[in-house]
Amino acid sequence: MSAILECKSLSKKFTALTALSNVNLTLERGRIIGLLGPNGSGKTTMIKLLNGLLVPTSGSILVDGKLPGPETKKIVSYLPEKTYLPDWMKISDTIEFFQDFYPDFDSKRANEMLERLHLDANRRMKTLSKGTKEKVQLILVMSRNADLYCLDEPIGGVDPAARDYILNTIITNYNENATVLISTHLIADIEKILDEVVFIKDGNITLHASVEDIRSKEGKSVDTLFREVFKC
Amino acid sequence: MQWELDSERPVYIQLIEQIQAGIISGVFKPGDKLPSVRDLAAEATVNPNTMQKALSELERIGLVYANRTSGRFITSDEAMITKLKGQSAKEQILDFIERMKQLGFSPEETLALVTDIVKNGR
Repeated sequence: MSAILECKSLSKKFTALTALSNVNLTLERGRIIGLLGPNGSGKTTMIKLLNGLLVPTSGSILVDGKLPGPETKKIVSYLPEKTYLPDWMKISDTIEFFQDFYPDFDSKRANEMLERLHLDANRRMKTLSKGTKEKVQLILVMSRNADLYCLDEPIGGVDPAARDYILNTIITNYNENATVLISTHLIADIEKILDEVVFIKDGNITLHASVEDIRSKEGKSVDTLFREVFKC
Repeated sequence: MQWELDSERPVYIQLIEQIQAGIISGVFKPGDKLPSVRDLAAEATVNPNTMQKALSELERIGLVYANRTSGRFITSDEAMITKLKGQSAKEQILDFIERMKQLGFSPEETLALVTDIVKNGR
């Protein structure tokens, strides 16, 4: 089976800015991977490229061996950094919305998660707090049976108790052939669920390693290593 | 089971230690069926591959065994668990002696103190 994500000499330039420069990266299946870097390092650019929302300036990005497009969108479940669900929808409408869009969407799973987080499916999106909206969106994304879950800052706005539940949701809902790519700078909160980390700095990949290797070789947590590498 | 993990040391080693501690303290009883890897991972909030690695290691040393169709079990070998208890006690004592040394007590003085405290109840 081919790698779920493969970047070859991938670059993305905006007029005055190089967001990604010559990135070579291969991600295997069955892993939970942290895409870690400070603000403005290129995390979101990378994620937008793999979802086909941006086009590379040079080089290539392949998802399951294919260029980003309708075929890859079937197997990639994407949580963008911003919410996009219409305000007028009830939570239950958003579930139907996803059901219509994605054949791999499991509405039973979504409803179970809503219940666990005590979210009332009859509430409208516009009445929800920022953190609650994020929870709903994450529930929708994790209720798909995708091959690649691509989560851009999934835990930024939610409280610590819900954070634990969300991490559990990630652990229990992905299958052995699926990979979860999580972009964040809240490393301490998620590092125990990661297999691998990718450090990104000024548009370059500076490290791609197993987290247990980091702990045994460096004798420190990924969070500590990150603080050292990206010291201001 | 309460899991307490830090991120400074390899997580799978800490998982092994804590499952061993669970076996010693009786949270996991001889012959008990273990929850699935995924459930254990969710309970400890760790990566399922890391939990898998810890269980494989416990299997390798014989504390846990896998049955192809019905999952993983704690060993029923009481002698093995007794041995594990002995090992763990020894580690605790060596650690204690080391810390007493740092306080300036020789092992003999430590032993005398311990004997005295055990005899007099405090």
